[in-house]
Amino acid sequence: MKVSHSPTTHQLQSVARTVRQLVLDMVTQSKSAHLGSSFSVVDILVALYFNAMRVFLKNPKHPNRDRLLLSKGHAGAALYAVLGVREFFNVKLLKKYLRNGTALAGHASQAAVPGVELFTGSLGHGLPIGTGMAFAGKLDKKSYRVFVVMSDGECDEGSNWEAILFAGHHQLDNLVAVVDYNKWQSFGRTKDILDLEPFAKKWRDFGWNVKECNGHDFKALTKAFAKIPFAKGKPSVLIAHTVKGRGLPYENELRSHYNSPTEEEYRLAKERIKHL
Amino acid sequence: MKALTRLVKKDKRVMLLTGDLGFSVFEDFARQFPKQYLNCGLAEQNMVGMAAGLALSGKKVFAYSIVPFATMRPFEQVRDDVCLHNLDVKIVGVGGGYSYSQLGATHHSIEDIAIMKVLPNMKVLVPADPIETELAVKAMARDRGPAYLRLGKSKEENLHRRTFPFAIGRSNVLRKGSSVTVIGCGPILKNVLRAAEILARKNIFCKVISMPTVKPLDERVVMSATKTGLVITVEEHSVIGGLGDSVASVLAQAALPKKCRLKKIGVEDRFMKIVGDQEYLRSQNGLSPEQIARSITSLIKKRS
Repeated sequence: MKVSHSPTTHQLQSVARTVRQLVLDMVTQSKSAHLGSSFSVVDILVALYFNAMRVFLKNPKHPNRDRLLLSKGHAGAALYAVLGVREFFNVKLLKKYLRNGTALAGHASQAAVPGVELFTGSLGHGLPIGTGMAFAGKLDKKSYRVFVVMSDGECDEGSNWEAILFAGHHQLDNLVAVVDYNKWQSFGRTKDILDLEPFAKKWRDFGWNVKECNGHDFKALTKAFAKIPFAKGKPSVLIAHTVKGRGLPYENELRSHYNSPTEEEYRLAKERIKHL
Repeated sequence: MKALTRLVKKDKRVMLLTGDLGFSVFEDFARQFPKQYLNCGLAEQNMVGMAAGLALSGKKVFAYSIVPFATMRPFEQVRDDVCLHNLDVKIVGVGGGYSYSQLGATHHSIEDIAIMKVLPNMKVLVPADPIETELAVKAMARDRGPAYLRLGKSKEENLHRRTFPFAIGRSNVLRKGSSVTVIGCGPILKNVLRAAEILARKNIFCKVISMPTVKPLDERVVMSATKTGLVITVEEHSVIGGLGDSVASVLAQAALPKKCRLKKIGVEDRFMKIVGDQEYLRSQNGLSPEQIARSITSLIKKRS
């Protein structure tokens, strides 16, 4: 999809609708899961790839590119769709999502399509790797930034807190964590399973600068990303408040994590997406 | 350390990461090469994840800690971040086998070879002495991709007299002999050589092979070892999944021209909760020179 260099909120919303429809088709056709996690993070990924990040479509591995690591790898479908719509590759490729013999795995795969930085899926891996990339960027005096997109549930993983401690100590202000805070995890509400609150305070106490915003509001997202680093000498975290399954007829319900839509749900979702 | 220092001087991409271990070993290095040294703190999952991130940014990374903390604590990071992405990260574990015998069972390292060698893309190096260690470090640095280096402790004695042409995947002969072939890896080869001396006095002549690369294994040499009709493996590691099992796998699947028996000598399937120095714990597991010699003698008796 062609969009201007600095797209308007209206244009970003239109991109997000296209992406959601693609993801809906991919997940429905393959009868797979994690639609809710994908729909929750779509707007964040669109804001990053279409507005905030420096990307090189012809040379996705350009050394000066901003890096995006999808640590919540189970939203792989959303990442592939955003990269496809961004024209890293022909979006038709996505028809083969999860098909035998392709590399389009359900969890984000570096081998799937151009533009995917890592193989992710096991939670708690993205932030340590991103911390290494950010450290290298500082050592080599490079201008790229590293964005790690995480789920709230994955913040249970201790490996993240090792990286959060390290990045704060080493003042990696080229590192940005974005938490897709939809307040759900595998078995239920995050507050009931392993409460993260006071969440912002935890990051702050580890030496990060924190901003919070509505993760479906493009104005708020682009405004926040424009201020990176939020404070010089500190890593930044954007806690993006989101709705799991945003745009689905059963949004903000846990079943969006597991179920593939029925025919009726597919039809309703298609309608809802048009009006987002 | 000498080999690594030379490397770091020559190649600015090389970095040494430590999980806050190596006290009194790394200080000079850190002063000389502040941009190529990084103490990650006691946070090995982050250290290995970062090593992957650094390697994805063009660095060649050596990540160092005591064996269990370098291999087992961050195992999934080694698998997903390093091996799946096939990155230039070398995991360096110090304290192989019972090197840290007196520190207790948490510091014993008898499962690391098994869990490292099963990972796709991973190479596993277990040098026997300082000469092999220096050669192994150089070879790993030249080689691209993941590797695991299992070290003993410092100030081990040299088993080789001089340096020699070293290549990943190639074994070397420490002692010639024709009665039996003993294949070992790591510093326990010192005890194997002593056992060979004891046996030589009884007219049993052991060929002793050092296998500093457990993966990829020098299969050609394993096959030719069958000529003696009796192959013995010795390792300071569990008999499950170590060098012995690698050798067994090659022999069991080969069409052998003549009968050959294999015996694995190593640590049986158990934790050591008693304390003692390294030789004491080795002797609790049949790994003293005398015990190795006795095992070989009884096997030869059975054969004849």
